[in-house]
Amino acid sequence: MLAWTVYISFLSALGCFLVPKERPDLSRRLALAGTIAAAVVGLICAILYAPVDGNPIVDTVKASWIPSLGIQYYLAADGISVVMVVLTGIASVAAVLFSWNIEDRANEFFGFFLTLIGGVYGVFISFDLFLLFVFYEIAIIPKYFLIAIWGSTRKSYGAMKIVLYSFIGSALALIGIMAAFVVSGAHSFELQQLIQHPYTPEFQRWAFPVTFIGFVILAGMWPFHTWAPTGHVAAPTGASMLLAGVVMKLGAYGALRVPMTLFPMGATIWREELALLAAISIVAGALVALVQSDFKFIIGYSSVSHMGFVLLGLLATTETGLSGAVLQMFSHGILAGLLFAVVGRMVYARTHTRELSQLDGMDLGRKLPFAATVFLIAALASVGLPGFSGFVAELHVITGAWSSFSYTAIMAGIGIVIGVAYSLRALLTVFWPSNQGCPPLRHEPLPAITAQEKIGSVLLIGTSLIIGIYPRLILDLVVPSLHSPLLEPLIGSVAGTQ
Amino acid sequence: MTGAFSLAWIVLLLPLVSAALITLFTLKNDKLSAKISIGAVIGGFVLSLLIFLTGGTSGEHNITWISIGDFQATLGVRIDALSSLMLLVVTGVGSLIHWYSQGYMKGDRSYSRYFACLSMFTFSMLGIVLASNFMQMFIFWELVGVSSYLLIGFWYERPAAADASKKAFLTNRIGDFGFILGIIMVWAAAGSLNFTELQGIFGANPEVLGATAGLAGVLLFCGAMGKSAQFPLHVWLPDAMEGPTPVSALIHAATMVAAGVFMLCRIFFLLSPDALMVIAWIGGITALMAAVIALQQNDIKRILAYSTLSQLGYMVMAVGLHAPGAAMFHLTTHAFFKAMLFLGAGSVIHALHHEQDIWKMGGLKEKMPATYKTFLIGTLALCGVFPLSGFFSKDGILAAAADFRHHGNMVLFAFGVLAAVLTTLYMARLVLVAFHGSNRSDSASHAHESPSVMTGPLWILLIPSIISGWLPIESFVNSGIGIEHAGGHTEAPLAMAFSTLALLIGGSVAWALYGKQRETDPIADNLHGLSTALKNRLYFDEIFSGLIFITHEAISKLAGWLDRAVLGGFVVKGLYNVVDVLGRGIRLFQTGSIQTYAFLFVLGVAFVLYFVIGGIL
Repeated sequence: MLAWTVYISFLSALGCFLVPKERPDLSRRLALAGTIAAAVVGLICAILYAPVDGNPIVDTVKASWIPSLGIQYYLAADGISVVMVVLTGIASVAAVLFSWNIEDRANEFFGFFLTLIGGVYGVFISFDLFLLFVFYEIAIIPKYFLIAIWGSTRKSYGAMKIVLYSFIGSALALIGIMAAFVVSGAHSFELQQLIQHPYTPEFQRWAFPVTFIGFVILAGMWPFHTWAPTGHVAAPTGASMLLAGVVMKLGAYGALRVPMTLFPMGATIWREELALLAAISIVAGALVALVQSDFKFIIGYSSVSHMGFVLLGLLATTETGLSGAVLQMFSHGILAGLLFAVVGRMVYARTHTRELSQLDGMDLGRKLPFAATVFLIAALASVGLPGFSGFVAELHVITGAWSSFSYTAIMAGIGIVIGVAYSLRALLTVFWPSNQGCPPLRHEPLPAITAQEKIGSVLLIGTSLIIGIYPRLILDLVVPSLHSPLLEPLIGSVAGTQ
Repeated sequence: MTGAFSLAWIVLLLPLVSAALITLFTLKNDKLSAKISIGAVIGGFVLSLLIFLTGGTSGEHNITWISIGDFQATLGVRIDALSSLMLLVVTGVGSLIHWYSQGYMKGDRSYSRYFACLSMFTFSMLGIVLASNFMQMFIFWELVGVSSYLLIGFWYERPAAADASKKAFLTNRIGDFGFILGIIMVWAAAGSLNFTELQGIFGANPEVLGATAGLAGVLLFCGAMGKSAQFPLHVWLPDAMEGPTPVSALIHAATMVAAGVFMLCRIFFLLSPDALMVIAWIGGITALMAAVIALQQNDIKRILAYSTLSQLGYMVMAVGLHAPGAAMFHLTTHAFFKAMLFLGAGSVIHALHHEQDIWKMGGLKEKMPATYKTFLIGTLALCGVFPLSGFFSKDGILAAAADFRHHGNMVLFAFGVLAAVLTTLYMARLVLVAFHGSNRSDSASHAHESPSVMTGPLWILLIPSIISGWLPIESFVNSGIGIEHAGGHTEAPLAMAFSTLALLIGGSVAWALYGKQRETDPIADNLHGLSTALKNRLYFDEIFSGLIFITHEAISKLAGWLDRAVLGGFVVKGLYNVVDVLGRGIRLFQTGSIQTYAFLFVLGVAFVLYFVIGGIL
């Protein structure tokens, strides 16, 4: 049944492409229906999900695809996949709601949009690495068009940069996957088959970093992150929401699923250096966000900082750190989407500027109190206000990091403090008048916040709140999966070295 | 779960329900919102009284919140001497201030939002008080910070209020960062976050933290430094006075800022002697420094704010001197008389249409008799006049400092006495300038007494401000914490003698300087340099903003430059140029038709596959 998330997305994508260009309303509705249907399917699967005979990996479809290479069409899910599927569902519904103002070539927009979502679902439920890689590529292509056609601010540069980085990353990831396939000699790309092979430490020593970096380029790890802010800024709102919300998660998820699962010894060898890079991502991303003058760049860099938490949690390679990484993936997926929605849809689409100095004089706090409130909540939630998902996620990551490399936990903490600084700076300059503010430029009233925007905001805030108050909804799915045969060697090998 | 625990859960949840109800349903109905919020806090007070009076119950009730491997986080309620006393202070003072707010906030366009925030604050504060473990305390610690942020910035249209709220939030975050690191260190070493379990672990083996005990203690103290505004993180509290005055009374005088002191008493058992020494010195320095700065402030609320800083310094110093009972005693009495002083100041500000400069007041004694009388008693209590509450509680702290045979310290004792002299001086200055003499401005001459909804709480607060010093709070808390032998009893007469001397000196200097009607401040006229330095609060803000500017701007600019120039520019542009050339070629294929793209994509994937597989095989 889980496979239907993919099929529904692709079918709706096809449907959108077929809708005539003159009927944007029709493609919007179709896209909304498609994303909701897929989200509901995902949610039902999450509720029904239960390990079979103690094995957390539950098969959905398994069929031979290219027998000569042992490639299978193998879809399955463990607790982590299920969580990511639910995230994709919620984020995509919200992104459609915040793309309701797309008029220009709406059919193609939503077509690409749903293709991307279908690819993302596919990545999260593929347990055949070749299939995973195919979905991974399917998710990358539509990004280019979404940015290049509907974007703003140096859109062709942003689109090119993002595709360039993605392809370099994919190439590295593909090298790792192929190497694992060839060396194992198992004649299968199935994850459970590949891990049977005892890869030698010498092999893992090079294969792990290559594959890991290949994937985490897409997760925005410093210093491979520069595509992220430019890409986010150039992208239209809905695409930024997906980009930050789920596409960056593909990188982190891939890193967990492929290199960390296949090469646990390599992970043990490299984790300290890479954890340091993750911690630098947190601090550097936050510092750069602090000096941006474009509202959307602030959020773009904040994503780099917040994704640093995911990577730090992964590289702590402890139970707490890994659960924290998954929690943070979910939390950031929700909250980054919300932040981009405020910046792109609620503010930029109305004011046509993102320059802080110009927004300062517009008195937006009074004109758009809803946007100000949502931004306040989203900003506080993402810097770890208890009660929202960001807190439990960051808490787990920092606790996990502390027991592995305490100094990275301290860096992460510094990152949070800077996070508060840039969030409040943005909030105060954009929505509240400041001392240096220039006199109001525009007096004409701004269009009111639409129902779609309100529903989308409530959906995202509500999700973050539910997970923040009751994180066991996610943890009960994730923690047993960390003890599956796939990840046990990773946690075990680390525990062994200490 | 026995009755007392159910009651405690209800006390905790009532204000949360109130905040939710107001936010979701009654934002448009001001009267009802106020009623819900006031009902919740008064209900909490009644139940707290029941918990206190039924007494005897001591223990906790927990529910598991997160559990991964050996990482457990629970939420619970812990009832013991410390928390049941603090419950009474928070809900009792809170009830009066909620009530008073009805009058003070009348006509504000966000009246309901105010009460929602106030309820949110009460909930968070009660969460700290009842916390059974470090994680819960930290969670509510943060929530208190956010409520405080929302209330300082309540009038966010004013840039000063918006900036003050940001400053408060950030400064607290810096302290909280140390706090969470301290918590993680304790968890890593002892394997538990629960206070009762930790007390058992530390009781069995005081060396659990080993060589890092001092560091862990100081890191935990960082949390208190932020929340209780101790030097050098004190800078946010005076600015926080931009919030509505009842908020200043409740949050930034009586309860929230005392949370740091409360927390130190709660974790007193795990603080090492080194950490306690740091705590004592920071407290002593804060007490003296803030009292000095208060001398030359002209804003009535800022004088009270620095006075709060100074008194918090006393409390923190008391904890550092191994006298948590004395600290909690002073916390309790201070909560009453300082709340009364702030509400009195609020009454003055309300009557003078938001005039806060004491040099523009004068002669309010006749115009506002009720406010004057209560303010005067509050001042006397703060200065430590026998037999008012402040006399006894301050004496407890000075006695602990004078206990040289155990943990006392000559210099800190001198600091304490000197701060007491200054306290009398600045408070007498405030009363003489603002209430005595003749009116110095139009608004002062047109002032009239505030309505009874505002003076009522003043009269009620008068009672505990006078009598709470006679209650055996110190020994009650000490026995609750498990300190059997608290020092300082033999030194009490010595301390009393010195504090009376301080009172006399401070009082006579104040009388000599401000006794006669004056238009300007004699200290400012004669000691120009000193006065300017004090008016500028010893330049802490300037030093900090300079430091922040230098470090954070430099680092951010560097990081920004690194990003743009090195990575973005050099690497990416180089690649971009290459790709651009390729792109021009590829543009031939860019037909805009999906079929072509799909075809090219499949071709590309096939190509890559051939290349990679072919190459390796």
